[in-house]
Amino acid sequence: MNEYIASAASDITIADAGITAIFGYAVVFAGLAVLMALLCLTGAYFKAKDKKAQAKQAETVAVISGSDGPTLIFKTESVSDTPLAPGSAGRVKLYDVPDKEAAMIMAIVADKMQKPLNELHFISIKEVK
Amino acid sequence: MDILETLKTILGDSGFAGFFMDGGWKNLIMIAISCVLLYLGIVKKFEPLLLVGIAFGCLLANVSNFFADGASSADALYHPELWEAFLDESSEYYHSYGHIMSNGGLLDILYIGVKTGLYPSLIFLGIGAMTDFGPLLANPKSLLLGAAAQLGVFLAFFGAIMLGFTGDEAASIGIIGGADGPTAIFLTGKLAPHLLGPIAVAAYSYMALIPMIQPPLMRLLTTEKERSVKMEQSRQVSKAEKIVFPIIVALFVILLLPSTAPLIGCLMLGNLWKECGVTGRLSDTVQNALMNIVTVFLGISVGATMVASTFLKLQTLYIVGLGLLAFGFSTVGGLLIGKVMYKLSGGKINPLIGSAGVSAVPMAARVSQIEGQKANPSNFLLMHAMGPNVAGVIGSAIAAGFLLAVFG
Repeated sequence: MNEYIASAASDITIADAGITAIFGYAVVFAGLAVLMALLCLTGAYFKAKDKKAQAKQAETVAVISGSDGPTLIFKTESVSDTPLAPGSAGRVKLYDVPDKEAAMIMAIVADKMQKPLNELHFISIKEVK
Repeated sequence: MDILETLKTILGDSGFAGFFMDGGWKNLIMIAISCVLLYLGIVKKFEPLLLVGIAFGCLLANVSNFFADGASSADALYHPELWEAFLDESSEYYHSYGHIMSNGGLLDILYIGVKTGLYPSLIFLGIGAMTDFGPLLANPKSLLLGAAAQLGVFLAFFGAIMLGFTGDEAASIGIIGGADGPTAIFLTGKLAPHLLGPIAVAAYSYMALIPMIQPPLMRLLTTEKERSVKMEQSRQVSKAEKIVFPIIVALFVILLLPSTAPLIGCLMLGNLWKECGVTGRLSDTVQNALMNIVTVFLGISVGATMVASTFLKLQTLYIVGLGLLAFGFSTVGGLLIGKVMYKLSGGKINPLIGSAGVSAVPMAARVSQIEGQKANPSNFLLMHAMGPNVAGVIGSAIAAGFLLAVFG
């Protein structure tokens, strides 16, 4: 063992190695900490933007007119405070579609696309009359 | 026609005669090792996509040594002496790829992709296209766990120096602790190509053994109460945020450490193709077809470097031991910062997600999920652990970039 150590051509002293190791770990930490700060900033920007858009949406009164049916008026609900289900990719808005049918449609789409359901984000499902 | 003489000539020219050559037994040992690796890959399913190719590359390279002129035979698939001349500054063929192309065998030509860093970079392109950085964006603090889990890289580097390895070799051994195969191959191909075989085998074997290496350390360093913490659902990340992310990371990390450009550049380009929504065909190609093609070339050419003259040494055992230490300490580093976060957050962060900071994606995150559920069956840590897990990929690339900047 000692012979091996002596024969190995080491071009760096143990003290230098210690300093390199500590400095290297510090560089990785500092680099990722700065990156974290950058991501927090961009995240805050996008969160503020989304919040604005959601607040605007909550106040929107949408009007849907059927071709020969009665005119439907409804108000979109702001559900931003409700926690999402674990593994969910987001919320889906249903227009005149029962929950059971919506679940069936989403399962069929996921199957046809060969993608797991939790990787798909359905924005809305509306019945075409 | 003298039948007996003809038979003697055929037998003398065949590889079987090589069994009785000087050092022939070493090649037989290498072939036995390749068979063990094939067993681990095929039967035990240790990273089979790469390990089967590595093992068969090793088998092919060592069979060549039984030819009449040994590894220098024109029929040999891999010629170590060509690569020695390639790395020898006093040789007229120093850094001459032309010499390799005109005189090399199949595996020599494939190995050029490792030597130039082409294959690991292309693998990173595919990894980028397959990775969802959403959990990391939802919780950017995960980056600190990814950084903490590089502890093993630098401790193993220091340990390797203590054992008498050179700086270049120690850096290549240390990066095993990053738990990232392509990064380990990229750095070793640049700094210590003669150690590529043992380092690649150690890195991929330990990655496959993560479900056995990590849980005892996780249970040792955390309490039942800490492990059973249920974390709050992460916020939903917008599409625009996911598109901006690879651009920010590529700009920042490459400017910080230019030597990371091939790895981080490819990782982030692959991710941008995935997220931007207008390059679906490219994203699909890099994460499937290209990834598979490069994996074929990478595995077989890394295996070719496992020749008896460089592999059957005491230092291979040191590399295997240091690799295990590196994996262990990386897990410990992530867990310790996870515990700090648990305290600072008032018990809202489960420290188990810290161990996922080693970048073996998604294996390490799955281990966090399993251990979390053992402590609390209603625990769902997978998506929270994916944040540190993908942060570990960036962290190990930065660690490799640092070591390359120092020793390259």
